[in-house]
Amino acid sequence: MIPELGHFALVLSLGLSLLLSVLPLSGSFNGRALWMSTAPSLATGSFVFVALAFVCLSYSFAIDDFSVAYVASNSNSLLPWYYKLSAVWGGHEGSLLLWVLILTVWTWAVALKSAHMPIEMRARVLAVMGMVAVGFLSFTLFTSNPFDRLLPGAPVEGSDLNPLLQDFGLIIHPPMLYMGYVGFSVSFAFAIATLISGRLDSAWARWSRPWTNLAWAFLTVGIALGSWWAYYELGWGGWWFWDPVENASFMPWLAGTALMHSLAVTEKRGVFKSWTLLLAIFTFSLSLLGTFLVRSGVLTSVHAFATDPERGLFILAFLLLVVGGSLTLYALRVPAVRSSVSFLGFSREWFLLSNNVLLVVVLFTVLLGTLYPLIADALGWGKLSVGPPYFNRFFIPLMGILCVLLAVGPLTQYKRTPAAKLLSNLRWPFVGALLLGVVTPLAADGPYLWQASVAVFIASWIVFAAVQDLRTKLRHRASWREGLSKLPLSFFCMHLAHLGMAVTLIGVSFVSLFNEARDVRLSPGKSLDVAGYHFELVEMRKLRGPNYLADEGLVVVTYGGEEVAVLLPQKRRYFSGGNLMTEAGIDAGLFRDVFVALGEPLDNGDWAVRVQVKPFVRWIWLGALFMGIAGLLTVWDKRYRFVTRKAAISAEAQEVPVAAP
Amino acid sequence: MQRLKLFIPLAVFAALALLFWQGLKLDPNAMPSALIDRPVPPFHLVTLEDGSQKVDRSVFKGHVSLLNVWATWCVSCRVEHPYLNTLAEQGVRIVGLNYKDDVDQARKWLAEFHNPYVLSIVDADGRLGLDLGVFGAPETYVVDREGIIRFKHVGVVDERVWLRDLRPLIQQLENQ
Repeated sequence: MIPELGHFALVLSLGLSLLLSVLPLSGSFNGRALWMSTAPSLATGSFVFVALAFVCLSYSFAIDDFSVAYVASNSNSLLPWYYKLSAVWGGHEGSLLLWVLILTVWTWAVALKSAHMPIEMRARVLAVMGMVAVGFLSFTLFTSNPFDRLLPGAPVEGSDLNPLLQDFGLIIHPPMLYMGYVGFSVSFAFAIATLISGRLDSAWARWSRPWTNLAWAFLTVGIALGSWWAYYELGWGGWWFWDPVENASFMPWLAGTALMHSLAVTEKRGVFKSWTLLLAIFTFSLSLLGTFLVRSGVLTSVHAFATDPERGLFILAFLLLVVGGSLTLYALRVPAVRSSVSFLGFSREWFLLSNNVLLVVVLFTVLLGTLYPLIADALGWGKLSVGPPYFNRFFIPLMGILCVLLAVGPLTQYKRTPAAKLLSNLRWPFVGALLLGVVTPLAADGPYLWQASVAVFIASWIVFAAVQDLRTKLRHRASWREGLSKLPLSFFCMHLAHLGMAVTLIGVSFVSLFNEARDVRLSPGKSLDVAGYHFELVEMRKLRGPNYLADEGLVVVTYGGEEVAVLLPQKRRYFSGGNLMTEAGIDAGLFRDVFVALGEPLDNGDWAVRVQVKPFVRWIWLGALFMGIAGLLTVWDKRYRFVTRKAAISAEAQEVPVAAP
Repeated sequence: MQRLKLFIPLAVFAALALLFWQGLKLDPNAMPSALIDRPVPPFHLVTLEDGSQKVDRSVFKGHVSLLNVWATWCVSCRVEHPYLNTLAEQGVRIVGLNYKDDVDQARKWLAEFHNPYVLSIVDADGRLGLDLGVFGAPETYVVDREGIIRFKHVGVVDERVWLRDLRPLIQQLENQ
């Protein structure tokens, strides 16, 4: 009964979303305020019913209702309760339901927070989000219904959640990632609503900035969580693989980062209007593209969901409708005439433009690399893929340049920056960074690595320039405290995010350059030394978990005779499915991780063991966390509240002479 | 002229969409299995029926057979099972490969749901499955009289798959 209730709730939500996408929009054309004012209630209703469906599915998982096909193939009565709940989004159908749930949450949130906007704008934004919801709800209902039953002949036991997904990281990684992905639908909806209205002022940029920042923050944290999970769960200590599905989440991030910066210029200076609109469309389109790539089976990946050409065709049709439709609208409605606002080199506009150009170039190289296997296959060049060497060759230098410019951007001013002032501001940060860059690699053992020197230079360049920026901002204040309190929150958020970038950069380059790894054969009682650490495999033992049997190694790690950690790496064999999983033993630290993973059991009781010392690996995710927190905090910037109110008033003031089209 | 430039993103997207549409028709998993037209990999394993006697590739000699990969943990195998029974009643020779499974449970399963297999090879550690390139259960291979693999089907065998892919091939192989 409960699964049918969930199914019915989904159908109802589809009905409400259909109304939401039609009624307020037509109201906005013929000026019927009553039709337009239905939008918030319809958005709320749609959210309530999807939430109900989600609760129903979770309930089916909680009570082990294996007559539901999706539960039977993704859960098992032995599974601990928290994994039963996270198994709700462990497969294709349920994760799609999560997608829809999050979409309706965002729609509902926009409905709540948009009361100050002109009624037409509000109706159109919510209607566009309703259209996206219609697409995904029909996709769920018609091709991937999570509530389908296995009747008659319901199995007595489910086939278990993929053991890779039985992990804390996977409980929170998909919701975070989807919050980001789907959150960009808000900026998309604002862009489309603006294109429909045809009034391309910068008000829309002001409204969509907090939403874009928020979505970006979630996406940043979501990607970092995925990388962290891959690091400790996949068993070989890698943290990024340039896998198609990783790229699918990374491309919207690149586009979203460009969008955030471009929105800033559009809001402040009213330039790049068309470009910002296009970026907003791109960002959400890339989110949709990611969904298509992951779920249609056109690319193979470690994340591949059960694939089905019918589903692929559906998403492709939806993609055509959404992306094709919005790009057509864009081509028809954007003014072909260039905006006449001018800016000079070394102005803030120029730096933000270079940020956009670089990010878009990186985005296209990643897109090309991701799609290359598909292109090669379609053209009959055989099955092949481009590996990390391709991505790294383009990604590292381009991002390096981006980071160098990133440090300078905040010190510039809109319109024009006096070159002499800029240079004098940058003199000390440059000298400091150069010194630090040259000296730091000397501290490491082994040969001098110029790459490390470059990485340290760029990272400290960002930090020192930020400090210099703060100093110049405080120069004319009576006291530090007074000066700091006068600076807007968004100023600190910007620098925190940039600092995060520097931290991640250090993490990525140090772990790539100074990682020490050994693959050895160990038997109990034997030991080895890696990077000054002494590893002894004391014993191997068997233990039984709730739904698996494991071989566990007891490894004592010492450094200079002192015990550092006792690690317990495991090799698990799950009862259902017989899957083997590696659980690495990790001692985490701010400056290094010690990592031990069991490989294969060899004859006569020896084990293949992989031992690694990974310097600064935590910094990769720490930096991402800084960026995430920064993105989140911008939402509370006072300026937004003040400006949004003012914007609403000025937009309404404009409203009067422009009668409904 | 300026207006036309604005259609560039749309054109790029159209080209991409065409590529995706092509891509949907290609199957990245359809690695034209390296084993097609090659002999079944060598093995030396016991059967479910007789835990002491080991069998090898010679079980395929002289008959056209289906080699069906199954396990009790596999929900789809449960769905497939009744249809395999029907095929066995029609005289189709099916060799089972009990893949990474618990032997006692597998025996219980066969006793309970009827045994369509002439014999079931026990591949407890999945070594043979690895050599065969098994993605997951169920999978079904068509093996000819010489023990050479002629076809591979991933997923449940049902009436549609049988009539479309398996039966024509088996008839053709039997008539050779």
